[in-house]
Amino acid sequence: MSVSIKELTLSFGDVEVLKRLDLEIERGEFLVLLGSSGCGKSTLLNCIAGLLDITDGQIFINGRNVTWEQPKDRGIGMVFQSYALYPQMTVEGNLSFGLKNARVPKDEIARRIARAAEILHMGPLLKRKPAQLSGGQRQRVAIGRALVRDVDVFLFDEPLSNLDAKLRAELRVEIKRLHQQLENTTMIYVTHDQIEAMTLADRIAIMRAGSIQQLAEPHTIYNRPVNKYVAGFIGSPSINLIDGTIEMNGVPSFVAGRTRIGIERYAFSGNGPKPGGATFGIRPEHIFLGRAAAEEPFTAEVDVEVIEPMGADTLVWSKLDGHELRFRVDGQVPIRTGERVPIGFDPARASIFDAETEMRL
Amino acid sequence: MADVAALNTAGVAADAVSKDLAGPRGARPRRAISRRNVFLYGTLFVISVYYLLPLYVMIVTSLKGMPEIRLGNVFSPPMEITFEPWVKAWAEACTGLNCDGLSRGFWNSVQITVPSVILSIAIASLNGYALANWRFKGADVFFTILIFGAFIPYQVMLYPMVIILREIGLYGSLSGLVLVHTIFGMPILTLLFRNYFTSLPEELFKAARVDGAGFWGIYFKIMLPMSLPIFVVALIIQITGIWNDFLFGVVYTRPESYPMTVQLNNIVNSVQGVKEYNVNMAATLLTGLVPLIVYFASGKLFVRGIAAGAVKG
Ligand SMILES: Nc1ncnc2c1ncn2[C@@H]1O[C@H](COP(=O)(O)OP(=O)(O)O)[C@@H](O)[C@H]1O
Ligand SMILES: [Mg+2]
Repeated sequence: MSVSIKELTLSFGDVEVLKRLDLEIERGEFLVLLGSSGCGKSTLLNCIAGLLDITDGQIFINGRNVTWEQPKDRGIGMVFQSYALYPQMTVEGNLSFGLKNARVPKDEIARRIARAAEILHMGPLLKRKPAQLSGGQRQRVAIGRALVRDVDVFLFDEPLSNLDAKLRAELRVEIKRLHQQLENTTMIYVTHDQIEAMTLADRIAIMRAGSIQQLAEPHTIYNRPVNKYVAGFIGSPSINLIDGTIEMNGVPSFVAGRTRIGIERYAFSGNGPKPGGATFGIRPEHIFLGRAAAEEPFTAEVDVEVIEPMGADTLVWSKLDGHELRFRVDGQVPIRTGERVPIGFDPARASIFDAETEMRL
Repeated sequence: MADVAALNTAGVAADAVSKDLAGPRGARPRRAISRRNVFLYGTLFVISVYYLLPLYVMIVTSLKGMPEIRLGNVFSPPMEITFEPWVKAWAEACTGLNCDGLSRGFWNSVQITVPSVILSIAIASLNGYALANWRFKGADVFFTILIFGAFIPYQVMLYPMVIILREIGLYGSLSGLVLVHTIFGMPILTLLFRNYFTSLPEELFKAARVDGAGFWGIYFKIMLPMSLPIFVVALIIQITGIWNDFLFGVVYTRPESYPMTVQLNNIVNSVQGVKEYNVNMAATLLTGLVPLIVYFASGKLFVRGIAAGAVKG
């Protein structure tokens, strides 16, 4: 285990921000902490870094109990959203500051800076001040500052949130490349951007109000969300959720108004289907249109209410028997507002949640 | 159908554009003499005169000889410029005790001001830094007490301070006065520094901690270089405040170590002989020179400091 967190609790006064949180992170893993703003992601990261005194629990890094240790002794490097470069120092000064504090010999410092500069393509920038750099370059320097520390664990706190969309996409790939290049380096990456999470992560931890809802590979989180919150949080445009009931006369089926969806092929977890209130979730990209729809186990006809062309594909808003239904079609398909179109999907790809507990069935 | 409608609106828009081309365009013209300007500049002028006239009278008078002053034309420029009064004010004017002018008071004031300013700013900036960034146990209580201190009138503490200084054996000495200035400057300066350090990005502090810098390392290598503007502000407040102080100077020192302000008072108020208005004016100007120079010099530094500080980096 590279990082392991046991029963971590953190309170600011009376407010319990993290609640008995457990988390095990493998060596060399890229773990993304994903959650909406204010759910405690940064707080958790600061606890791992040792920048906050925790209320209860333990933190282990590389098998060593670091609960009471100073940030500099934990073997971590950290990258912040606001870059947090020292404005009065050059890029070189920023990179070497930590090493000088640790009394690393001069030639070793030079060697590490040269290596970081090469990996992050910032050789020509070394003599510049942060104010003379663009946003992307600044964040690269901030990553370099963690890199020269030669640590086993990188902590990223929304490092790309201050960049524009194009740079964000570029740097995202660069971070992924960096992780592949640095074997055995663990990365813990905080973001509220699900695209970043899906593209970067080996595993994603979805956080909500100070606890982890689901910890799994991106594929699992996307296809088999453990509860309604996770299902709604992951995926853009977000999953269609239809309230109804499960009925069991003969074959199990999901009933909402006059619509009846056969769910005999749905992989129920636990003891199989039980009759009762439920929410049926189907992703917009799993609904097909026209001829492709006819081959799906469930088919229906809907009226197109609004279309949102996005180039590569088009998002269609419609109603299935009074329930809001969004689906995604290829951008080249001609489709017009007011048309009545056949759609279809495979209920086996759906997610069904208990109406009361909101947990996956 | 829709296309035709679109074409039509485009045509209408083109018409409107050609008609509007003759209309207003670019910056709106402003009249130089508008009622607003007359009022604004008139007010400014009157206020300037109100403040500058006394200064003018002082300068003019300080450059006249006594015979000319007796003529009574207060506003007229000197017929014959003489620097005699300035020399006398600096080196020969008599206070109650001795006759070596303001020079003695000047050096006393320097000896009081320099250490007081350095000491108070050094301590207050550290206080502010600790309060803003390290949030030690009891920080809030400490801060509340300190702020409360800013609201207690000095007069209340005057006599207790005399006793304290007497007990620790500093009463009447320059170091005693330095101590008093340092203590009394503390609340407002600490507040100033705390607020400034709080406004610096917190992540910078965190980054420095991860980089292994400690309390002093972060203070000297990260915080100080970013805080030039606030140090200049503190310098202005302290130098002018301490230089201009009269009350503490009278109460806590002996005559031979009176600061310049107290000596000025003694020169102007000495009752022997004729009133030498020109010497008094020169002495007053001399005493006010230091704060004046500080304002002029630091104004530039202040602007440069803000530009160089560029916190967002
Ligand atoms: N220093 C603090 N004092 C009190 N409450 C805080 C402090 N820092 C964060 N919080 C609260 O803790 C919660 C989690 O904050 P944070 O970890 O920053 O969320 P995010 O997931 O957006 O990074 C928020 O509700 C925030 O208001
Ligand atoms: Mg955050």
